[in-house]
Amino acid sequence: MSELKVKTMAEFMAEGKEADILFWVGSAGSFDDRAKKITRSFVEIMNKAGVNFGVLGSEESSSGDAAKRSGNEFLFQMQAMMNIEVMNAYNVKRIVTTCPHSYNTLKNEYKGLGGDYKVQHHTEFIAELLSEGKLKVTGDLSGKKITYHDPCYLGRANNVYEIPRELIKSLGVELAEMKRSKRKSFCCGAGGAQMFKDPEKGQQDININRTEEALALKPDIIATGCPFCNTMMTDGVKSVNEGAAQVKDIAELIAENI
Amino acid sequence: MMELSNIIFLIVFVVFISVFVRNFSRIISNIKLGRDIDRSDRKADRWKNMFRVAMGQSKMTRRPVAGILHIIVYVGFLIINIEMIEIIIDGIFGTHRFLSTILSEGLYTFLIGSFEVLAILVLVACVIFLVRRNLIRINRFWNKEMTSWPRTDANLILIFEILLMSAFLIMNATDAMLVANSADHYTISFSDPVSQYFHFLFNGMENSTLILVERFAWWFHIVGILIFMNYVLISKHLHIFFAFPSTYFANLNNLGQFDNLESVTKEVKLMMDPNSDPFAAAPEGSTPPQSFGAKDVTDLNWVQLLNAYSCTECGRCTDNCPANHTGKLLSPRKILMDTRDRITEYVDNKRKGTEDTKSLLGDYITTEELWACTSCNACTDACPIELDPLSIILDMRRYLVMEQSAAPTELNMMFTNVENNGAPWQFPAADRLNWKDE
Repeated sequence: MSELKVKTMAEFMAEGKEADILFWVGSAGSFDDRAKKITRSFVEIMNKAGVNFGVLGSEESSSGDAAKRSGNEFLFQMQAMMNIEVMNAYNVKRIVTTCPHSYNTLKNEYKGLGGDYKVQHHTEFIAELLSEGKLKVTGDLSGKKITYHDPCYLGRANNVYEIPRELIKSLGVELAEMKRSKRKSFCCGAGGAQMFKDPEKGQQDININRTEEALALKPDIIATGCPFCNTMMTDGVKSVNEGAAQVKDIAELIAENI
Repeated sequence: MMELSNIIFLIVFVVFISVFVRNFSRIISNIKLGRDIDRSDRKADRWKNMFRVAMGQSKMTRRPVAGILHIIVYVGFLIINIEMIEIIIDGIFGTHRFLSTILSEGLYTFLIGSFEVLAILVLVACVIFLVRRNLIRINRFWNKEMTSWPRTDANLILIFEILLMSAFLIMNATDAMLVANSADHYTISFSDPVSQYFHFLFNGMENSTLILVERFAWWFHIVGILIFMNYVLISKHLHIFFAFPSTYFANLNNLGQFDNLESVTKEVKLMMDPNSDPFAAAPEGSTPPQSFGAKDVTDLNWVQLLNAYSCTECGRCTDNCPANHTGKLLSPRKILMDTRDRITEYVDNKRKGTEDTKSLLGDYITTEELWACTSCNACTDACPIELDPLSIILDMRRYLVMEQSAAPTELNMMFTNVENNGAPWQFPAADRLNWKDE
């Protein structure tokens, strides 16, 4: 396994230096086994492009997205203010994150509480690296069929639809669109803190419904840009038709092909 | 000189308009029962949004069939109502086709001609709408919350409109026949691109019978509109007025951005301030804090209440809701319908002085519905007039969590983890960088 170059903001400070950008890893990216692989892939990309980034490490704490969306505004604002205090102390200006939930919260909801940052989703950031020539796609996945599942908190919530698709297309693959895509995209079932609880009773679980739609296209890979969507779709593929397709984050697809 | 019929018209007109004004202002005061929310910012963007979404119908055509039919009815209704000016003046002063005396012949011809074309288009569109609802039985019109009244309401509106348009065309048809017969009083010819094809219905009638039919259609048309106006106030059809303020006062931020409760911010800042005195008395004149979140309609803000009155129950929100789609109880349309039903009940009880022990939470909306929401914003995106049922769901969750500590057990565990170790799972913060070496 390749050695990753990762420095914390505290280490930067101790050296009297500043990072250009803060990589917000997020709780899923830090602790969930599947999401940790996405984190590593994204760091590989940044290492390759020579990005001068820092992480908060043990000083990072939940963004508060799940708390807020389940109605615990107290806990959300406690989290937000603590995180803002830490980030402002490190003079953070730019943030990149692999989690659309953190992305949405940090970008839209922290600014009213004293945290004003330029926040990017990792797909936006990777696209920038590519267009600036700091990164080159060398691999070729042509012949593979990929479908892209829009994370709600990246798509509908923040209107980022095209950039992830452009990244996928840059790999030379066939991008097959589900009928419910972009603004009409169907949720994976994890948002609004559903990730942390059992679904209410119904005829079907939401992730199964979405996975069936994706698998109907017979893709080799279901790509997404969210650790929660990744979990839901991975579970979905397991119960609908195990092995029918891989579920991958765009960061992983890019990391494997640069 | 005013004749008896003019006096009757004036009385009918004034009575219906006064009832309308009284009931309409009651609705406005009901909406004002909501908590305050500041939507006075970004005025230019708000006007733009209203022009684009409400007047321009920009979101309606996402479903092309319903969208185009709706635009026909909308444009038809707006334009044909110009005819109201003439009808009212004729009614009060006993003139006949007053506009023809002040407009150029060409313009009058054009106006009446276009009214007729629009009238027939509206009529046909309404028939298609009836067929879609009742014969094709499009799913979203048959969900659980679409019980007998909402279904009857929808059909009544369509039948009303069909009758009004028919009356208008019959009026013109018989009028033109009377002009051709050179009947007294009927001296103004006008263009009748549509109603001329309805002459066969009245062929062979005496002038006196034709006049009877013409007058009946005239009265039916104007009284019908006056009744319809008043009916709209107790119907889902209220969107014809409230679509405009709803889009003006809509949330213009990214859909993902939820409001930060200010009352909470104050408390959290106090908690985090090492110099604050936890035992300090509240400063004089300070208002006691409101409850957090919403239990009843009066805990919602006025935009949310305006939304409830604006919903025309088209069901696009529910049709796109992932929870509803997979058989859960939640239906965003029902959230808005419940809110309106409850505010109506709340105000009625107040007026009558009846004891009211009910609330929106529990008696109308159950916790099972609230916890099924994934906050995915499919509903708010789908709404053709940018109503926001999701904000009501969130405010009710806030009440459940912050006032009643009544979150599902798993979510309470998640809260505890975030409080203790800063992650929704039970991992220590010290392990946050472990991925680096795995």
